[in-house]
Amino acid sequence: MEKKNIEKARILKNQALTPEIYEMVVDVGKTLDAVPGQFLNLYCKDGSRLLPRPISICEVDEKMGTFRLIYKVLGKGTEEFTTLKENEKIEYLGPLGTGFTLEESDNKEILIIGGGVGVPPLLELSKRLKGKKRVLLGFEKESILTGDFKKVAREVTVATTTGTEGIKGTVMDLLEEGEYVPDRIYSCGPKGMLKAVQAWARERNIPMELSLEERMACGIGACLVCTCKIKEGPHIEDWNYQRVCKDGPVFNGEEVVFE
Amino acid sequence: MISPGKRPNLTVKLSGVELKNPVMPASGTFGSGREFEEYLDLSRLGMVVTKGVADVPWKGNSTPRVAETYGGMLNSVGLQNPGIEHFIREDIPFLQTHDTRIMVNIAGRSIEEYVRVVRVLGNQPVDFLELNISCPNIKEGGVAFGTDLDMAYQVTKKVKAAATQPLIVKLSPNVTDIVAVAKACEAAGADGISLINTLLGMKMDIKTRRPVLANTFGGLSGPAIKPVALRMVYQLAKEIKIPIIGIGGISTWEDALEFILAGATAVQVGTANFRNPRVMMEIIEGLENYLKEENIDSIEELIGAGHESKEENPC
Repeated sequence: MEKKNIEKARILKNQALTPEIYEMVVDVGKTLDAVPGQFLNLYCKDGSRLLPRPISICEVDEKMGTFRLIYKVLGKGTEEFTTLKENEKIEYLGPLGTGFTLEESDNKEILIIGGGVGVPPLLELSKRLKGKKRVLLGFEKESILTGDFKKVAREVTVATTTGTEGIKGTVMDLLEEGEYVPDRIYSCGPKGMLKAVQAWARERNIPMELSLEERMACGIGACLVCTCKIKEGPHIEDWNYQRVCKDGPVFNGEEVVFE
Repeated sequence: MISPGKRPNLTVKLSGVELKNPVMPASGTFGSGREFEEYLDLSRLGMVVTKGVADVPWKGNSTPRVAETYGGMLNSVGLQNPGIEHFIREDIPFLQTHDTRIMVNIAGRSIEEYVRVVRVLGNQPVDFLELNISCPNIKEGGVAFGTDLDMAYQVTKKVKAAATQPLIVKLSPNVTDIVAVAKACEAAGADGISLINTLLGMKMDIKTRRPVLANTFGGLSGPAIKPVALRMVYQLAKEIKIPIIGIGGISTWEDALEFILAGATAVQVGTANFRNPRVMMEIIEGLENYLKEENIDSIEELIGAGHESKEENPC
């Protein structure tokens, strides 16, 4: 078996979508396989920032060998990424992690709920799911990717906490509107949002997949820093830590234990 | 002199056991190797050092468990592990399918816990035991044993008495006198010393104005700690007779060579595995090329070579 390695991708595009959120498109120069919900480890050139940055895959063209990545500037590492120019190279490892499951979506009512920088991985998912898709997106101020979702989903609604776009509120406010009960829910976003989505889905007995976020180091399942609690039995205390980077980021939402 | 066309010899003898090369992962950065199989051939490694294992499963600390720092990182995993029974059932059979040596890192909160793990491993196909008395992330045991001379002596003596494999004791740098701790372990029967484990540190989040790690403190590792680690290996090499495994920020073959020159018989690579899962292959190849270019037959000639008196005194 040929061993995997860190590889170089050529940057085709790297631009700001909002003051804090950037879009980077890279060409890896070969065909590839990727599952929605997986991520890439991106490397800083400055070696004093030694850990890779896990960035979720927003869109992928497997034949062309290109990834579209949306990242939020959160520190020195992602700040360095914003300085990269077209045709420059960036080192990456991946795709990594366990993504969403795509089966059983034909003719189903699918509800996709995204919050903030958790929205991007749901785009590739929305493209690949076959059912009737309704998308709820929540942001603080400015929305991203709304137009892209409109191309692939039946209905897209937006909420912002500041009220600058869509309704003033959160995705939970969108969810409470009307009597819509989907067959399946897919969600990615901040922990508080996922917890609320989980409670809503549980009340109605709807199966769900949740994509979690946690600070990572290796991204390949070795270091055990990015753990989350996953239910292992009927009792509340029956849980064990699993690795967000390897066993996830996507988990069966029914089994995720939030604090 | 190395004869033309002959490959330089990277084998080293550690406490009487031959390793094909002196490069191995540091415990806790490599699991039991399974996650790295996609990236490297485990059979190329001098040894695989497993994640610390205790007598029963440990869940570890809350998240966040990691924070990056300048040239390094902090972790507060807290020795999460599935326990020795699970380890023997799942991990040893896996490691046996590879042509490499196995060192099992032993975690415990009391002498009795350490001894129980070592007893269970007694009839297992394991080449070395590494006694972890230096983890800064657990409340009892761990580093408490490694920072007290008498406790370091007692735990080493009792574990050695129960062990059937050579015992390496992994030391903490968070002490005033590393030589005294190492000598206590040597006197108690340790077959080797590995050092350094992580340095206790912390990071503040200036947005939340609180510590980043859920555990407040964590262990600092990575290139930032290399000079401290190298100094401690150098200090010990002059004072103890048992072999030393050097650990601390090793990321390149040059780093590995520095530790060997300082007196390390072998080296462990830790945090660097997180940046580049193939880094140990590059280190092994780098050492081999160095020997070739410098016309040195065996890497063992270089162990402690940095201690030989210099021609000129700089003072």
